[in-house]
Amino acid sequence: MSNVPVNNGRRRFLTAATAVVGGAGVVGAAVPFIASWNPSARAKAAGAPVEVNVGKIQPGQLIRAEWRGKPVYVVRRTEETINELATHDDQLRDPSSEMAQQPEYATNAYRSIKPEFLVALGVCTHLGCAPTHHGGDFEQFVEGVPNGFFCPCHGSKFDMAGRVFQGVPAPLNLVVPEHSFVNDDTLLIGVSQGDA
Amino acid sequence: MLMKLATDFMGWIDKRLPVTEAWNKHVGQYPAPKNFNFWYFFGSLAMLVLVNQILTGIWLTMNYEPSGDGAFASIEYIMRDVDYGWLLRYMHSTGASAFFVVVYMHMMRGLMYGSYQKPRELLWIFGMLIYLVLMAEAFMGYLLPWGNMSFWGAQVIISLFGAIPIIGDDLTLWIRGDYVISGATLNRFFALHVIAMPLVLVILVFLHILALHEVGSNNPEGVDTKKPKGSVKPEELSKFKFHKQYTDKYDIVDSIPFHPYYSVKDIMGVAGFLILFCWVMFFFPEGGGYFIEAPNFTPANSLKTPEHIAPVWYFGPFYTILRVVPDKLGGMLLMFAAIGMLFALPWFDRGTVKSVRYRSKLHLVNLIQFSICFVILGALGTMPASPTANLIGVITTCGYFGFFISLWFYSKNENTKPVPERIAD
Repeated sequence: MSNVPVNNGRRRFLTAATAVVGGAGVVGAAVPFIASWNPSARAKAAGAPVEVNVGKIQPGQLIRAEWRGKPVYVVRRTEETINELATHDDQLRDPSSEMAQQPEYATNAYRSIKPEFLVALGVCTHLGCAPTHHGGDFEQFVEGVPNGFFCPCHGSKFDMAGRVFQGVPAPLNLVVPEHSFVNDDTLLIGVSQGDA
Repeated sequence: MLMKLATDFMGWIDKRLPVTEAWNKHVGQYPAPKNFNFWYFFGSLAMLVLVNQILTGIWLTMNYEPSGDGAFASIEYIMRDVDYGWLLRYMHSTGASAFFVVVYMHMMRGLMYGSYQKPRELLWIFGMLIYLVLMAEAFMGYLLPWGNMSFWGAQVIISLFGAIPIIGDDLTLWIRGDYVISGATLNRFFALHVIAMPLVLVILVFLHILALHEVGSNNPEGVDTKKPKGSVKPEELSKFKFHKQYTDKYDIVDSIPFHPYYSVKDIMGVAGFLILFCWVMFFFPEGGGYFIEAPNFTPANSLKTPEHIAPVWYFGPFYTILRVVPDKLGGMLLMFAAIGMLFALPWFDRGTVKSVRYRSKLHLVNLIQFSICFVILGALGTMPASPTANLIGVITTCGYFGFFISLWFYSKNENTKPVPERIAD
């Protein structure tokens, strides 16, 4: 045992320095563990755009496409349905689509590029269920609105532009994904016009 | 000759690891109050079910394939082609529900007899942590069969985190490891379900029991059986030999050693439990659609939501609290608050009388209304949303939170009955 007097200041400094360096090491070592939970390169690559032929959709009909594993609803709205969109603004949470739930080119009264075609994720903004399309029999949920989407999980309601009604659990309008038209009949989901 | 060999062997071990000492301290000479009743079965039953889950779980992993492509088919393989695979799986799936039945009864016991009160707050907190980990464990386990309800149930619960402002969306993406629930999510849930969570669970159970043995068991009378050293006349002391760790500090009254008295009683409980458990497992393994829900007999499909997504019954109360709030973030916060209230229970109760037997009528009524609300909330959680259900949900949610809040107010100056000094014969 040495008889050199104890230098408490130096001991404290060394203890603190060791703790700081060790702490930094722990933080550094945590990075791979946490980052490995991010989507892998393969999962990201699987998120490529998908093409949908919209030429054969009948007016009033809804088809489902799959993009990034999520259902995308493509609806060919009839003339009446398009006109109907302006009639219930006072019952909606966000009638003029102020929240960024759609690309800029779909921030309009129809929430779409062409008034005829609604392209929206079939994923309820509440907890991710798939809302069901009620063509013609939506008035059981909202009086005076014959067409819309109703989420069977927790009763959220959306109109034919995917806009959410007031007084339901879902806080936001349905998401309109980036999309573009390659030609009159071909819709490309996942890419905006000019990006492809 | 053989006896001597065994004694010598134990002596050799004890010099190197205090096995006999630990046995005496925690089992053979552990003083337990002599008046344990029916409600005291559920601690040991929870341990039994935990062992069942671990054993059957290990055996299930031997044939289960944790991948988006293979999971569903491997469950069918276990059910149809593996010898006794169906039994192992039903033991595991019925065991999950049994675990919650037992744990809810165990918690009810704590509420009735004030087992969370000082000095057992930490014991209660460890119990609540076990409950929380158990819920996480059950939730992740439910994804593994990769049925359609597995998929959509997980979708709904993971989406909850999306309600957190700013980081919500990135957080859900990070938890899933993909843009939707996919094989990546399944694999990480598998890893957590079979390794991480069980490990944490076993450690917490160990701490729960250590904390119990440090403060001692409560009892239906809520009477302290550890009296200050020297305050009890020698002829009044318990006649049994208890470990010196307890007798050095306290005078032990009205107690009996855990083994053989309560080990035998608990075996009786185990027998009764196993009769009920086997009856359910062999005759109603799907629990009428509450243990294994109907949509889970079709594979996960990200494009088709089941008509009605309901959580497994044991999450029902919290799910109802979540959905009575017409706001995503608010609903999530209230749901977590509901669990937080339970954690904070030892501090909501400002009373000193433990057992409901000696507390006010008001407390009895409050406890009954809380239990009824909890059961109704649970039932509502498994039903589809409707305006009537929502109204009842709001009322019972108020009852749930009202229990804690009113308790805080009346427990300070509660009109209690005198608590006896000793447990009557």
